[in-house]
Amino acid sequence: MKIGVVVFPGSNCDHDCQHIFKDVLGQYVEMIWHKETLLAGLDAIVLPGGFSYGDYLRTGAIARFSPVMGAVKEFAKKGGMVLGICNGFQILLEAGMLPGAMLRNRSLHFICKDVSVKVENAATSFTSAYESGQVLKIPIAHADGNYYTDPVTLAAMQANAQIVLRYCTPEGKVTQEANPNGSLDNIAGIINAEGNVLGMMPHPERCAEAVLGNDDGKMIFLSMLESLKGNKKQLKMVEA
Amino acid sequence: MKAKIHVTLKQGILDPQGKAIEHALDSLGFKNAGNVRVGKYMEVDVEEKDKAKAEAQVKSMCEKLLANTIVEEYRYELG
Repeated sequence: MKIGVVVFPGSNCDHDCQHIFKDVLGQYVEMIWHKETLLAGLDAIVLPGGFSYGDYLRTGAIARFSPVMGAVKEFAKKGGMVLGICNGFQILLEAGMLPGAMLRNRSLHFICKDVSVKVENAATSFTSAYESGQVLKIPIAHADGNYYTDPVTLAAMQANAQIVLRYCTPEGKVTQEANPNGSLDNIAGIINAEGNVLGMMPHPERCAEAVLGNDDGKMIFLSMLESLKGNKKQLKMVEA
Repeated sequence: MKAKIHVTLKQGILDPQGKAIEHALDSLGFKNAGNVRVGKYMEVDVEEKDKAKAEAQVKSMCEKLLANTIVEEYRYELG
């Protein structure tokens, strides 16, 4: 598979994402500078974490106007898989590719630690390798991860199973104490209604190798690859 | 023409910075201070003599970039 990792000025998890797809999972990875406007031959796109444009004004607010974002939107509109991690999630929100917005963490602190996250929907292209209800240990590193949306949108997302990941206790209980940043409904990750754009605050690329002591995040990338293979098979059947 | 733009979180949306400042004011003895809201203040020079046109531009700037209207509201003065 050919995975595109977008590099914004200030991205700092881009090479981690490249490492996982290329060195750990043996895929071809193309690093895409944010000035690019044509994306050809990619199977999936990752918007990595970091501090694009120094997080000036609001997180993701300026990156969403990067030249590459037009092509990313076009790619998603055609059904292409887009994964936004941390700052990538914030960019997807600012770009309107996912509903809602990020507020400053309830504690006002930048939080960098392992948290427990529950897979609420294991039927998506990004989570199919997990069991439904599985609890992951996965690091977060952000100051603006306090997800907010209006009650109508929240209800629609709940009804549609678009809330894919929620902060929980290590035992899998979704409680306020287990909510690190004040996020609405303990939201850690959401997917669009079409099911091809996922945004998540935790960093799966930082826990995708057993040698580093934790590979709970690896299944996100494996799920993507599996579903891409399935898509390719389906496409071939249509062509035949 | 200069636009003076204020962006704040909407009423009803928790403002953690405002809350922290509120508590600090309270501990300093300002017992009657409340509902602190923290925002951003921006000045933008707009090269446009027609006030209506300038105002339309500033509004568009706020809607597109300067405020995230899902969680923020804005107001501006032009002069």
